[in-house]
Amino acid sequence: MSLTDLLGTFLIVLAIPFFWGGSLGLLRFPDIYTRLHALTKADNLGLGLVVAGSILMSKEWTVGVKLLLIWLAVLVASTISCYLIANAARKRKINPWKIP
Amino acid sequence: MENSLNYAAIAFDGVLALVLLVLAWQLLRSPNLFKAIVLFISFGLMLSLAWIRLKAIDIALAEAAIGAGLTGALFLTALDRLQRREENDREEQDARWKSQEKKPIITTEASDQGLAAMIRKNKNHFFSRPLQTIAAISVLALTCILGWTVWTLPPFSDQMSALVSSNMPISGVENPVTAVLLNFRGYDTLLEIGVLLLAAVGVISVAPSAVMRTGSSPSPILLLLIRLLLPFIILVSGYILWIGKYAPGGAFQAGAVLAAGGILLATAAVRFNLSASKAMPLATGIGLLIFLLVALATMIICGNYLQYPVALAGTLILVIEAAATLSIAAVLVRLFVGVKSDTDNPAPGEDSQTLIFEEENTIK
Repeated sequence: MSLTDLLGTFLIVLAIPFFWGGSLGLLRFPDIYTRLHALTKADNLGLGLVVAGSILMSKEWTVGVKLLLIWLAVLVASTISCYLIANAARKRKINPWKIP
Repeated sequence: MENSLNYAAIAFDGVLALVLLVLAWQLLRSPNLFKAIVLFISFGLMLSLAWIRLKAIDIALAEAAIGAGLTGALFLTALDRLQRREENDREEQDARWKSQEKKPIITTEASDQGLAAMIRKNKNHFFSRPLQTIAAISVLALTCILGWTVWTLPPFSDQMSALVSSNMPISGVENPVTAVLLNFRGYDTLLEIGVLLLAAVGVISVAPSAVMRTGSSPSPILLLLIRLLLPFIILVSGYILWIGKYAPGGAFQAGAVLAAGGILLATAAVRFNLSASKAMPLATGIGLLIFLLVALATMIICGNYLQYPVALAGTLILVIEAAATLSIAAVLVRLFVGVKSDTDNPAPGEDSQTLIFEEENTIK
């Protein structure tokens, strides 16, 4: 196992806590807004780490470029869908959670 | 190292199979339709993972794009229409009761508590309903027959794949799946394209004027997303079509990706009148048209239906696939926007507004 492979594996393993945190937030947070926050923030970073690790482990540079493009596309899509869901919730007058 | 990787793969596959079963069960028994649809989409994504594990990348791509993505979106739209129709019914009923000033006599569960309650009720009295019992017995019988068929299948032999790989040099492509779909079994694919066209004709005959969903004007941020993603989607669709010659990909996957672009436009309520557009019917039919033309030409020149000349096979396959991509995308978009329910009818006096191509809602 070369050094880049080792570093790639390390980055992918590092992504696990972020996905774990995002999923936990989605399940445990009190309202739609905080859940969206957990999901989009943590998962985007986790995916970024997986993509970075995969780029290090990919043998051809074209594969790396494709992986990077996938990450960017997911970033754009998840950011905007997060906004759209939150905005739809706001229009339906769902109030944000407050500390009771 | 090799051994532990093997165990990890088995564990992964086991968990995946378990997740698939649990998701399938949950989505079937969920009384909440929205939840069932979300579970269905997750089921499709997990299923495409399973296809990847079985090294069937072509099917995994199709499952993720069509099975999870497009079908999920179609279900969500259908649910939206159902709920809006229920609301309309309720409002109408309320108005009728008010005008008659009588106590309501007809209180149907369907409009009061929605479809979910109806399903729950059906579940409680499952065997009191003969229709459901017959359906359940038929499904069970079909499952048994299918199970028996799979059980009695002859043991897997490599004859077919050996036959395909020995004939790869004359197929004109390098991806065995594309070779089988477009060359060795081109006839099947021709019929599939025909079936898709039939489906589109069915939708068009039920909903002749496909008016995009009306409603509030789309959010500028959604329009931004479309501006960013649409060129990208078209590029990816072309790429998937092109790569089908060498690697997993091809007309069906490319068409599904292109359709996703059209559906994105539809969900943003970007209004364009499909029935007035001349490009839409052309795009819907061009796949079958080109396929049939190639089939006839090969019959006249080479003597056999769909027997490509070896030197031209690659080009012909690409031409057919390009046309099929357009048709598949057009049919899928048509399925999505073509279904026009009565609740979509604008109120009198409003219709002229809806049918007009509205400048401010289109992408500039």
